[in-house]
Amino acid sequence: MNQVGIYIIPFVIVLIVLYGAFKKVDLFAAFTDGAKEGIHALISIAPSLIGLVTAVTMLEASGFFDILTNCCRPVCAVLGIPPEVLPLGLMRPVTGSGSFAMLNAILEKFGADSLIGKTASVMAGSTETTFYAVTVYFGSVGLKNTRCTLPAALTADMLGIVFAAWCVRCFP
Amino acid sequence: MLSYLWFGMIAASFFCALCTGHMEQLSKAALDGADRAIQLLLSMAGVMCLWTGLMKIADKGGLTSSAAKLFSPVLAKLMPDYDKDSPAMRAVSANITANLLGLGNAATPFGLAAMREMQKTNSLRTSPNNSMVMFVIINTASVQLIPTTIAALRQAASSIQPYSILPHIWITSVLTLAAGILLAGLFMIKR
Repeated sequence: MNQVGIYIIPFVIVLIVLYGAFKKVDLFAAFTDGAKEGIHALISIAPSLIGLVTAVTMLEASGFFDILTNCCRPVCAVLGIPPEVLPLGLMRPVTGSGSFAMLNAILEKFGADSLIGKTASVMAGSTETTFYAVTVYFGSVGLKNTRCTLPAALTADMLGIVFAAWCVRCFP
Repeated sequence: MLSYLWFGMIAASFFCALCTGHMEQLSKAALDGADRAIQLLLSMAGVMCLWTGLMKIADKGGLTSSAAKLFSPVLAKLMPDYDKDSPAMRAVSANITANLLGLGNAATPFGLAAMREMQKTNSLRTSPNNSMVMFVIINTASVQLIPTTIAALRQAASSIQPYSILPHIWITSVLTLAAGILLAGLFMIKR
């Protein structure tokens, strides 16, 4: 599986540049355009990231995560999830910046290439900020009743945690 | 919502530190945290912008619109209230393709347009029809070709193989998406 990861990046880059050249795109102008959008996206998340990284760092130092992790150990053992990733799972559907802050804390503490670090990365990368999407999309057309959207999406998010843990253990 | 969460996190850390005697570490963490956020942003910036730049090339070359055509038959099956060639479904496919390519900034306007178009012919008026629920469910799952932010975060944490988790993310996100669609389908049949 790791081999796929090594080849995919150069392959995708070359493919995109070739495709752009073939379609006669002004390559460098398009690239800098997109990179500028990236900078804007980063600047726009900076304020909330500062607030949330501070809160996550404080929670970590206070020993809160250790207590939470130890409390949930038995349940996690049954499901095959490393309990250390649980705080991230709880944060993911609520806030994007908060879960990036949380993922960063986990990667720094346990190492990005450890089982815990990999599981956390897969969890954070395989689902969206559910509450945000539901609020923005239904809110934009003035719908308050969202029927079964939240229960279905949140159950899927919970299942996603289990899938992520299984996937990382099956293909280390 | 975020105000409550933020307040809860800070209050919990204070009481937790009070009980476990970690007050000194907490005081240091509060000041370190803000610093850490900016360092994190800086260390992510390069990789993030590399990918948004590359994806822009793909987008300008017309990859988004040709991929959107590829998906429209599948999406039409999931959202049967709308015709395959209706403006609503065109916006839906554009939104989902942009998300797949990680063009978040481009995806949201398409998504909002899709909701607006779908609401026009929504017979339920005050609540979403099945197709609208399906569309939002797909948007709460994140199937992405290159999960740029995660890769950038892993690189920032000095991972030896920041991209080694790509296949895992693809598998997991597709499974989660399938679970979301199935669950929403089940809930909708029940009512």
